[in-house]
Amino acid sequence: MIRAERISKSFGDRRVLTDISAVFEPGKTNLIIGKSGSGKTVFLKCLVGLLEVDEGELYYDNVLFTGLDFRGKKEIRQQMGMLFQGSALFDSMTVEENVRFPLDMFTTMSYQEKLDRVNFCLDRVHIVNSNRLFPSELSGGMKKRVAIARAIALKPRFLFCDEPNSGLDPKTSIVIDELIREITVELSMTTIVNTHDMNSVMENGEKIIFIEEGEKCWEGNKNEILKSDCRILNEFVFANALARQLKDSSG
Amino acid sequence: MFRFLSGFGSYWMLLGRVFAKPEKHSIYYRQTMKELVSLGLRSIGIVTIISFFMGAVITLQTAYNTENPIYPTYLIGLGARDSIILEFSSTIVALILAGKVGSNIASEIGTMRVTEQIDALELMGVNSASYIILPKVVASVLFNPFLTLISIITGITGGWIVGTSAGVITSQDYIYGIQYAFIPYYITYSLIKTVVFAFIITTVSAHQGYNVEGGSLEVGRASTKAVVYSSVTILLFNVILTQMLLS
Repeated sequence: MIRAERISKSFGDRRVLTDISAVFEPGKTNLIIGKSGSGKTVFLKCLVGLLEVDEGELYYDNVLFTGLDFRGKKEIRQQMGMLFQGSALFDSMTVEENVRFPLDMFTTMSYQEKLDRVNFCLDRVHIVNSNRLFPSELSGGMKKRVAIARAIALKPRFLFCDEPNSGLDPKTSIVIDELIREITVELSMTTIVNTHDMNSVMENGEKIIFIEEGEKCWEGNKNEILKSDCRILNEFVFANALARQLKDSSG
Repeated sequence: MFRFLSGFGSYWMLLGRVFAKPEKHSIYYRQTMKELVSLGLRSIGIVTIISFFMGAVITLQTAYNTENPIYPTYLIGLGARDSIILEFSSTIVALILAGKVGSNIASEIGTMRVTEQIDALELMGVNSASYIILPKVVASVLFNPFLTLISIITGITGGWIVGTSAGVITSQDYIYGIQYAFIPYYITYSLIKTVVFAFIITTVSAHQGYNVEGGSLEVGRASTKAVVYSSVTILLFNVILTQMLLS
């Protein structure tokens, strides 16, 4: 479980996050939604410790993450996996080397054990016969899947996904969403997904937090989001004509 | 002034992270071997070509500027040798490598920054500064002295081939000149400078790349800054080291 309490973050004079509190539960796909520039990515980067928070506290399974030194944070980070918006695969490494990298770095497994784990992870994300390819030879969807395989190589307890569907066609987006949901349940991970894709919200939204201009405006799940009377949320959810028509037709 | 001090401070802070204890020695060893090929072996070609022609031009210029009959012709070989060893093979080659290797390092690391690869390393709990930069520093500091030796040999050979072909000096006089009053310490001096310059090129360029913010435009700017800052620092340290080592 991850608990954020009154998180605030500024860059210079510009306040980006204001007093955000939330609880993210294990075995669930937790979504952070909001417009571009609303502060979602900054919040996610604060959660994983890539950005230092100005105020507030972060707890990972009741351990105060924001109070830990570099070594303490490093231990918790080894239980994290992250899928970056642009996949962030290492250009100079093959698919196999990318997925093997965390195993090389942090385990004492033999080469064969590591290879077995790599192949298991790649198989899990439906990547076959691509071990020797470089990231530049992969499609956008394949890159995302390889990045998921790398993220789960060390069997993390916390998975973070920053805009996993950006740049993907709707069908591939659904494949990625399904993968994230299945893996979350399989590994009983606490998964947090940053998105503004409403398909993802309706597929995966077991718990949803809506952020607007750096503040948490609404919290609920995919069933509650359609019935919400929060005006800003409704403007976001029903932004396109099709969604508005559906809402009007359903009364 | 504030920007200079801020940059200077962040450079030293980055070095502190670069020289932290490596996480896994075997992986750092493997990375260093890759960098030896990338930064060292792949620079042999350009260093050889430039040194050959540099040696040739130094020999011809020395010959055309010492046509007075009171100067023995073997002084052309002596002058070419000392110019190549003392200055050209260390400083000029370092400036050329600042262009080739420095821009390569800055753009590689800068691209890793803007494509979130560095964030990915940090998130895994890897000291990204050390993992990315330390192997480059070690590889350059170890290999660049060999490049300098190759440059010295090629430069003197270039001077000999072109000098004798152009008829400005006989082969016997050139060979006598390059052996005359030879001071072995000059080689040591040249290699010390090379090691310091290698450190400057890799760390200054890496600092520029590591702190890129933005996109491809900023990566290009960082690459240019890496070459300029490395070159200026090399020239500054050339003066300091010459005064320290030859006075």
